[in-house]
Amino acid sequence: MKSLSEIETTVKRASKAAGYSWGVSEETGKSIRLLELFSLPGIKHLNEYFNEKNKSKFENLNLINENNSSSNNPYCPITLGVSFLDQINVLENLKKIEFKNVAYPIIFISFISRSSEIIGKKIYLKMDEKKILLNLNVNISSNFIEQEFPKLANTIEVNLLENEDNFTDYEWNNLYKLSEETFVEESDSLKEGAAGAGLTDND
Amino acid sequence: MKVELRDPNKIMKLSRLGSFHQSKLSFLRSFLNEFKEWEYKRDLFNLNENGFGEAVYSFKKNKRVYSLICFANEIKDEERSDRVIATKWDAAFTLHDGVPTKKDIERLKNEVPKQEVGRLSYKELTLSRANKSVRIYNHVVESLSKGQQPDLNLLSKVGYLYRTTAVYGSGKFGLADRFRIKNREEINGPFRLEMMLVYLVRQFTFDQVNHVAYHKNPKIAVKLDDNICKNLGIGNSTGLGMAPFIVNHPTLLNNWILSREKALKKIREIKDVESQDSDLFIDCVKKSLKNITSWNTDSKYQQKKISSLLKDVEKFLNFIDKDFNFKSEYPFDKIYQWLEDNTCEECIEYIVSIMMEPYNDIINPLVKEMSSDEEKYFNIPTYRKVDELRNIIEAKYPNILDINFEEKENNKNFWFISKNKEEPRLADRFEEHGSELEQPLAIARDIKKLYDKLLVSKNSLTIAEFLTSNSELRHVVRRAFIVEKFPYSEIQDNTIGKDLMPIDMLRLKLSFFGALKFDPRSDKWLRICMFQGAPLPNELKSYDEQWVYKTNI
Repeated sequence: MKSLSEIETTVKRASKAAGYSWGVSEETGKSIRLLELFSLPGIKHLNEYFNEKNKSKFENLNLINENNSSSNNPYCPITLGVSFLDQINVLENLKKIEFKNVAYPIIFISFISRSSEIIGKKIYLKMDEKKILLNLNVNISSNFIEQEFPKLANTIEVNLLENEDNFTDYEWNNLYKLSEETFVEESDSLKEGAAGAGLTDND
Repeated sequence: MKVELRDPNKIMKLSRLGSFHQSKLSFLRSFLNEFKEWEYKRDLFNLNENGFGEAVYSFKKNKRVYSLICFANEIKDEERSDRVIATKWDAAFTLHDGVPTKKDIERLKNEVPKQEVGRLSYKELTLSRANKSVRIYNHVVESLSKGQQPDLNLLSKVGYLYRTTAVYGSGKFGLADRFRIKNREEINGPFRLEMMLVYLVRQFTFDQVNHVAYHKNPKIAVKLDDNICKNLGIGNSTGLGMAPFIVNHPTLLNNWILSREKALKKIREIKDVESQDSDLFIDCVKKSLKNITSWNTDSKYQQKKISSLLKDVEKFLNFIDKDFNFKSEYPFDKIYQWLEDNTCEECIEYIVSIMMEPYNDIINPLVKEMSSDEEKYFNIPTYRKVDELRNIIEAKYPNILDINFEEKENNKNFWFISKNKEEPRLADRFEEHGSELEQPLAIARDIKKLYDKLLVSKNSLTIAEFLTSNSELRHVVRRAFIVEKFPYSEIQDNTIGKDLMPIDMLRLKLSFFGALKFDPRSDKWLRICMFQGAPLPNELKSYDEQWVYKTNI
């Protein structure tokens, strides 16, 4: 088994060899390491992408807008990912961002996962028919974990979720009430001995 | 009185960093302190009469066990090489997490001796190999087998029976990633497990010579005297592989240096020094003279440094004896000022290290601050503005900005990774091929390039916007934001200039390991000694903390 440290170092060097700057290669190393940590096929897709990159053209998107559509060639997932990561503080205000025609989207997703941690918000993705939740870079969950990841996404819709509870007030209150059963009702004598008791607050 | 931390622009110069010495903060000393209460055991010693076979040593506390597995092999003299290109070694080692099963040992027997081309698993923590110092090893075996102790003069010239040529950890070759074990309290200090490996290897070398000598002549052979064992360490040959580490781990480097700087500041701020503390300090300085006078090297560069160190330490002791009163206020601050005014960098840092000896209460908490969660500081704050980044560079890299990289001598070298051994190397960019594959270790030059770009960029641009057209500078943008928070994270010098002495970078790291007797064999590699004078495993529960100044051979 390869260690994550080996994965990160090798990806960094391979990315540099594939034509990216050292700084971008460092980012790619971190992102692929993350995918492998989550048991997602980072190495496999990066390898395929680099092979294809020799034969086909990919488009670099540096400035991300609400709707992003590549004219001819699919977007490079690394440049797109780094741009997303860099611009996340601005993109946060958009709520919903759409990308058309993204190559090897799992690579792009790893950068979105890291962005989720930076802004402290969950990010919900719809990639064609597939749904993915990026949970503050702690995990990535999806409804197709055992299926093959696509090599091309026609449409990726990115929704930045507001921080909200996953449960109702009713469910919370019920649980809280149960937790109160670990508290002790204070008698007068306990109140007299409590911290701050006996002092005047008007001194 | 408040003493300021020393200026990073002075301390982080290579000549200063290359003058650092071991101290109480050093990793091998903090390792011994952490593991002194652990139960040491030799679990297996299955060597043939020539000393070849397997052995297992362990440290255990409660349910945690770390086991060193040793494989001693027969190799021909012509196969023995300390260079990283070697493929066979006298012995190979791995530190296993837990108690190894027979199956583990069988698996590792096929992998560990192969080192870089073998595969380890997440159950192994560190990996190393070592070669005999043949001259010393044979002499010791010969002497013991005749019932005599070896010649101390000969031993003192080398100081060890074996020297390691690499110690790997943190995920290399399939070893466990650091994150798997980072929450273990006992290894909350850099390189703890590497230190454990080296320490246990030292014991293996003693057991092996005793074993071989016994089988040579069972009737009259004697064991190597414990006091001699104690005064032998483990050698290490180190090349350029270490140099990029300190560039590639900026927050870790900061935490090492910052701990040292905080220690010095706190010691200088002590108003009244207790007699027992000043006595201990002076005693250590005096006893340490032997470490200097027994420091053998053929390197003219190092001989010069040793000679000026010895001269200045003697001058310092003379000053302390004749002109100094430890009963005056803030004596260590006065000593420090005197050192800066009167001695060389090597001596200043030497005495600074020894100042820490009396102060466990200052040093022990700092030892816990010497690791770093580097991931936390990796992301670039891209919402910040160009003018902020420019201000950081002006404030944090003032001397770097003065270097003219258009001049050939300032841009002479380049760092690369050799295809043969995947090891870092340094070469002349104007004479050798390969500079197009330069590693990102020319930080000073790239910071200067970044600064020049920032000068012609709009102040109001965000870093995200700046990076869209300056991707090639991304690695140094990251570093500049790191140095803003971590003042000692950057070497404030040119790492590609013609005057670069790469061994300064090696010495910095090795001093934090706790190495002694730096012996440069060129400007690119050196030999050192570790654990010389250290307590033996069965003495750990109660040992003299200042052992490092009390070697007897």
